[in-house]
Amino acid sequence: MSGLIEARGLTLRHGTREVLRDVDFSIAPGEIVTVVGPNGSGKSTLLRALIGALRPSRGKVTRQPALRLGYVPQGLRLDGSMPMTVARFLNLPSRVSAADCAKVLDDAGAGDLAGRQMSDLSGGQFQRVLLARALLNDPQILILDEPTTGLDQPGQASFYRQIEALRNRMGCAVLMVSHELHVVMSASDRVICLNGHVCCEGHPEVVAQAEEYRALFGTGTQGALALYRHEHTHSHDHAPGETCNAG
Amino acid sequence: MLDDFLVRAVLAAVGAALAAAPLGVFVVWRRMAYFGDATSHAAILGVALALALSVPVFAGTLVVALLVAFGVARLTGRGYAADMVLGVAAHAALATGLVAASFLSGPRLNLEAYLFGDILAVSKMDLAVIWGGGAAVAALIGWRWQALLLSTLSPDLAAASGVNPERERVTLMLALALVVAVALKVVGALLIAALLIIPAAAARPLSRTPEGMLAGAATVGVIAALGGLWAAWSLDTPAGPSIVCAAAITFGISALGGRLLGGHGG
Repeated sequence: MSGLIEARGLTLRHGTREVLRDVDFSIAPGEIVTVVGPNGSGKSTLLRALIGALRPSRGKVTRQPALRLGYVPQGLRLDGSMPMTVARFLNLPSRVSAADCAKVLDDAGAGDLAGRQMSDLSGGQFQRVLLARALLNDPQILILDEPTTGLDQPGQASFYRQIEALRNRMGCAVLMVSHELHVVMSASDRVICLNGHVCCEGHPEVVAQAEEYRALFGTGTQGALALYRHEHTHSHDHAPGETCNAG
Repeated sequence: MLDDFLVRAVLAAVGAALAAAPLGVFVVWRRMAYFGDATSHAAILGVALALALSVPVFAGTLVVALLVAFGVARLTGRGYAADMVLGVAAHAALATGLVAASFLSGPRLNLEAYLFGDILAVSKMDLAVIWGGGAAVAALIGWRWQALLLSTLSPDLAAASGVNPERERVTLMLALALVVAVALKVVGALLIAALLIIPAAAARPLSRTPEGMLAGAATVGVIAALGGLWAAWSLDTPAGPSIVCAAAITFGISALGGRLLGGHGG
């Protein structure tokens, strides 16, 4: 197979409800793919099936043998019943060296958090620690499920910039679910518009013009896309200063 | 030395406390308190069946505890509310056990011993079961420790790392059934869950890592076992409940201490 992860005819039911129907999917090494879709369209379900957390009702998911994947789940919160430092968390399920821990925390913009309790972190810090954990073992693909949920807008922007920078340096593929269309789309090689099935997919420009996409999101998002482009060039100039405020 | 009943009692209590600690922390982390109750109450039914069929009590309780644990897990997996299924199972298991026991006539069954424990009557054979079972629990949880921790924090993160969270859940149910069978003689079916939860809860405010909390739970468990036995000996109180009372006092002290230190309160 050529893709890192492939799905053929993927169908998934929760009880009697069909969440995904006949989804074909593939992601190539180094590719950035964004999945967009309304609430309940099966975006998270698709990701969880791709990592092997959900078993398909029909169809097949194939991951490249010994694929190194990093996953950031959606809306994970730890309630504090288990004491857990950030450093200890990074050592699950395999022990890693202290140097590797420090490196991924730095890469994720969470360099000073190693000794903190997971339950004491703010939303942004928590997401960065999850990202750091996903970066361990030099992943071939990063899978991010709405990784900026709960962050304010500057926080979201800086989080996505961090991912883009990492991706450019490491050359890994990125598969991302997001509802912040304007932030995500222009950085992507390919956008998949999902609503139980694949409505349309292709280059961001193409998808934004597609009738199926507009039927789901209206035409308003086009303006947002343009706005993002502007912001992108703008923030790029000030990237170092803004990364310092991160977290 | 083992011929002294008090020495046997101390060894039994300490052994049960040590067996309960590695599972107890997971019961607290995964909010399985009620699950522990349902499984341990089923032990009474196991005792009744074992005596009726003339098989060892340990085997009877182990098998029935396993069946109830998997039955409950199966039902909750099918979309029944966990709380409801557990409420049904915990009380149904206890009631069924009591009814079954009533069919066994005469001196064969001292029900109170199985409900509240009978630690002063522990035999060498019981000691072998307690320490052997405890060693099995420790080995099982030690072997799966890392995978269990990650599955507890997030089943999805576990799956993404190649850990099967479903398998880890089965590991815990197996350990739970073992602990129930081991602790039955020491604190009795009604208080086994207390031996799991209270030492772990007492250790929480003072710990920074899962391993620290495990060590704390084991320490509190041993202190409670010794303190409870001492109380039973000098105040002539029932041993099993005394052990649980000692654990509860330790919890109170730890919760207060944790608050004073500004640590985690719950």
